[in-house]
Amino acid sequence: MRLSPDQMIFWQHGFLKLNGTIVFTWGLMLALAVGSKLITRKLSTGMKRSRWQNLLEIVVTGIERQIEDVGLRHPENYIGFLGTLFLFVALAALCTVIPGFEPPTGSLSTTAALALSVFVAVPLFGIEEQGLWSYLKSYAEPTVIMLPFNIISELSRTLALAVRLFGNMMSGVMIIGILLTITPFLFPIVMTVLGLLTGMVQAYIFSILAAVYIAAAAHTHKPKPEPAPET
Amino acid sequence: MDSMTIIAVASIVTAGLTIAMGSIGPALGEGRAVATALSSLAQQPDAAATITRTLFVGLAMIESIAIYCFVVSMILIFANPFWNHVIAGAAQAAGK
Repeated sequence: MRLSPDQMIFWQHGFLKLNGTIVFTWGLMLALAVGSKLITRKLSTGMKRSRWQNLLEIVVTGIERQIEDVGLRHPENYIGFLGTLFLFVALAALCTVIPGFEPPTGSLSTTAALALSVFVAVPLFGIEEQGLWSYLKSYAEPTVIMLPFNIISELSRTLALAVRLFGNMMSGVMIIGILLTITPFLFPIVMTVLGLLTGMVQAYIFSILAAVYIAAAAHTHKPKPEPAPET
Repeated sequence: MDSMTIIAVASIVTAGLTIAMGSIGPALGEGRAVATALSSLAQQPDAAATITRTLFVGLAMIESIAIYCFVVSMILIFANPFWNHVIAGAAQAAGK
């Protein structure tokens, strides 16, 4: 039973292996980059715009609003990183409907790489906002005794990000695979729908958690208060 | 019982127990979280966006505990190092 797309070998030469993870990751990257390039070739600022531009605008403004809700004051600084995380994981989950496609996030190497990039990005954004000394001092808050615990919590939440995404994606693929051998045709379709739902939720969770960690490191002001109810 | 049988039995039983007991806690926790979120939504419907987002983030963190148990169970069944070692030893012994 195949545990991850790492074991689908497309091409091998010595110890260089082109496995399913690499092929599908590059396929997703191509789809995202080429698709966006094609859509943004002729942007229009008037009321008449193509439906693809409309779709991209919905996506981008939606992500911007979510980043602002989390408490990051200038979402345009962060939307490159956080938006890419969300779009990559979401597209990987959505493309499971294509037969023969295995989501590259179902391999621990991909999710570990994404979690490591968050692990590196959080101090980078924190130092950019606060300065090096002020950011390093934040590890010793509230007291210096908490320094090892803060460091351990940084490492453990990176690990949790990786394993959470990997576990959700792998379990979706595996459930469908097992069900296909037991009751083909109807039940696996239901489970595929469930897998789509959890895939989108996990994409959202991954990027929102990354945004929350960056907001905690950047110590920006409190998120905008909810509008007062109409009395 | 030789060591191969013991390893096989222990892996299978532990895999089943891991996922069985590991899903009880997160299920109860998620139920309580959703119940509290529903009652606070009823109290303050205009904070719905914040409550829903926080609920989803909290649910994902609770869910990850169940995911850890599931991963351990899968490793025991499909990528069991002890079983692989014992199988390799048996194949070598049979090949000699």
